[in-house]
Amino acid sequence: MAGTAWRSAILNLLKQWGLSLYGKDKIKAQEVSQVVGALKKESLQPRTFTRGIHTVTLIPGDGIGPEISTAVMKIFEVAKAPIQWEERNVTAIQGPGGKWMIPPDAKESMDRNKIGLKGPLKTPIAAGHPSMNLLLRKTFDLYANVRPCASIEGYQTPYTDVNLVTIRENTEGEYSGIEHVIVDGVVQSIKLITEQASQRIAEYAFEYAKNNQRASVTAVHKANIMRMSDGLFLRTCREAAEKHKDVKFNEMYLDTVCLNMVQDPSQFDVLVMPNLYGDILSDLCAGLIGGLGVTPSGNIGANGVAIFESVHGTAPDIAGKDMANPTALLLSAVMMLRHMGLHGHAQKIETACFDVIRDKKALTKDLGGNSKCSEFTDAICQRVRELV
Amino acid sequence: MAAHTAAMSMSKILHPFLGGRLGNTAKVFGRTLSSHKNKTGNSPPPAKYGGRHTVTLIPGDGIGPELLNHVKEVFRFCCVPVDFEVVHVNSAVETEDDINNAITAIRRNGVALKGNIETKHTMLSFVRWLTFVPSFVPLCLLMSVGLLFISDTTTHLYANVMHCQSLPGVQTRHKNIDIMIIRENTEGEYSNLEHENVSGVVESLKIITRTNSLRIAEYAFQLAREKGRKRVTAVHKANIMKLGDGLFLQCCREVASDYPDLTFDSMIVDNTTMQLVSKPQQFDVMVMPNLYGNVVSNVCAGLVGGPGLVPGANYGRDYAVFETATRNTGKSIAGKNIANPTAMLLASCMMLDHLKLYDYASMIRNAILSTMNETRLHTADLGGQGTTSEVVQSIMRVIQSKGSLTSEL
Repeated sequence: MAGTAWRSAILNLLKQWGLSLYGKDKIKAQEVSQVVGALKKESLQPRTFTRGIHTVTLIPGDGIGPEISTAVMKIFEVAKAPIQWEERNVTAIQGPGGKWMIPPDAKESMDRNKIGLKGPLKTPIAAGHPSMNLLLRKTFDLYANVRPCASIEGYQTPYTDVNLVTIRENTEGEYSGIEHVIVDGVVQSIKLITEQASQRIAEYAFEYAKNNQRASVTAVHKANIMRMSDGLFLRTCREAAEKHKDVKFNEMYLDTVCLNMVQDPSQFDVLVMPNLYGDILSDLCAGLIGGLGVTPSGNIGANGVAIFESVHGTAPDIAGKDMANPTALLLSAVMMLRHMGLHGHAQKIETACFDVIRDKKALTKDLGGNSKCSEFTDAICQRVRELV
Repeated sequence: MAAHTAAMSMSKILHPFLGGRLGNTAKVFGRTLSSHKNKTGNSPPPAKYGGRHTVTLIPGDGIGPELLNHVKEVFRFCCVPVDFEVVHVNSAVETEDDINNAITAIRRNGVALKGNIETKHTMLSFVRWLTFVPSFVPLCLLMSVGLLFISDTTTHLYANVMHCQSLPGVQTRHKNIDIMIIRENTEGEYSNLEHENVSGVVESLKIITRTNSLRIAEYAFQLAREKGRKRVTAVHKANIMKLGDGLFLQCCREVASDYPDLTFDSMIVDNTTMQLVSKPQQFDVMVMPNLYGNVVSNVCAGLVGGPGLVPGANYGRDYAVFETATRNTGKSIAGKNIANPTAMLLASCMMLDHLKLYDYASMIRNAILSTMNETRLHTADLGGQGTTSEVVQSIMRVIQSKGSLTSEL
């Protein structure tokens, strides 16, 4: 039934465009893909994958990565989420011409599936190649880093009413990596702000706010000091705000945001900012809700690619000992489900996770308990079964 | 060198029409800056005549004028031997002449107490002016000759020091915080060197120099030793900005080796902010470049109760300017008698310490702290309903009840 609906939709569209599948007007392969692309509507909207199983590239990572990935896969299986995992490894390899890149099968899998889930990757010092996170970012042009920070009931921190999202420009700004020694003892670091990247991130911020029922977007900047660079960023945010009148927009200096964030974080909703401020603020907000062990994160790239990841380290000291806390990766996976439009499953898994944390009966060591990772995972699976 | 950068910035300030970087066109003569054996804040208090000090007072915008009036009131009440020379620099200032006059006044007196000034986006912020003032050659002479002569006695206010302490009477989420933050005040991200080579692509330069990094590190360790602190933490992002922050970190390490009695460690700025909101008690003295200093000092000010409670000071080799730690003008609460005078009063106590009037300083400081204990006198930013004047009156009452002052002259 569904198949014929699709088919007739395609045929109608083709007829509309004066093309046909038969006879001398036989259309070529590119034209078909153009039509399919038009139907799929390549936009930043959450894609609907309500039909069938969707394949997601899974990158377990290093250290505790494999065990928390296993935990997440187990929970998803119990929740009957329509996800099929394709595991890939991303150790850097040197391609032709000496340029470092990720293995081609990983790249091909990501390009095909468009959605990925990644565990922590270690960056060996003096390995000769740049960090894996940087390579991934460059390969897939991951321009937006999204971190929703919401207080977890049951994991007490001094801040109980946090509910904000930080959206950070991930490609340029202070992290352009362009530095020179001008004279011995004087170093110059270049901060690059381009109109194109600022436009992209501002657009994404407003789209995100709209798709996730968020009321306002705040641009964080220091345009009183860095007039041209942050001024450009601010201008593009204002222009994007004009196009999205249904979302409130305001702008705030970085120092004011920091000051108010530690006094009353409930006043913030969606924050959009360039790279460095985003780095500092997103970690600040992660600290407000309990640290990197419980914070989800997603990276949105061009061409519809999205990689969700846990941002904590590889914790080599507890790797393999069944002590890891899978919460960060699990919440990132929930974020991934929401991005794909599978809100029902996302809600179920998230509720189960929060319930188990609130119950405090089976918490891992970093959350203040004494249970093993597998016990924590089983408790969540049990809760998911009860919720189904 | 730092002198070259300063020269370039100065030439930018003086020739606004030319804009851009004048590095090629301005000839700079400068003696290389010898390493400063710089001691913290022990330059003799200048402008003292007949036992009375003269201090430049800059009311600024927003709540600045009313708070500084209260400071004058308290000083008058306590018979503090300080006279104020009021200089008006605020966002209504149109030309650079007014700013030059203000700077001359500060140079003359050597010490200033300043309210916050709103930065108009078109004019260089006043704080930036203060950090780059050459010392004695008249500016008109410089401009006519077309040369910029920077000697090594510049008035760079290179260190911004902020002391964040949990006050006993104030309710905060974290207790027992006692952090000193030393922030490099002249270079880093605030170098103000920006250009647009291609339309739509803007480059902003962040400059880190060895001289300034060594200077601020020296200052930090000296201060830590003087105040009997144990640990100095350098905050940086050297994993990403390897050359820039790497240089800063290296300089800190070099200076640390001269102070074996103090522990030195370093932390990346994003981890620092995360630790600050979960366990701020672990920090003692922190030293960092300009931008991170801005972020961290605002976070710490928020942690101890807000911008109304924390004083800040800017020190140079020969000059010192005292102000509130966070540079918010408080436009929205100006004139309503609800601003918190604590920060400005504590800043004036820091100034008195700098002028070696320790007795007056501790008298006023103790009075402020005991007033803070009374919750019903808390102003709106602390969640109370007291007015500014009530707080000031209470402070003066406490001072009076302690006796001693009028008989001591």
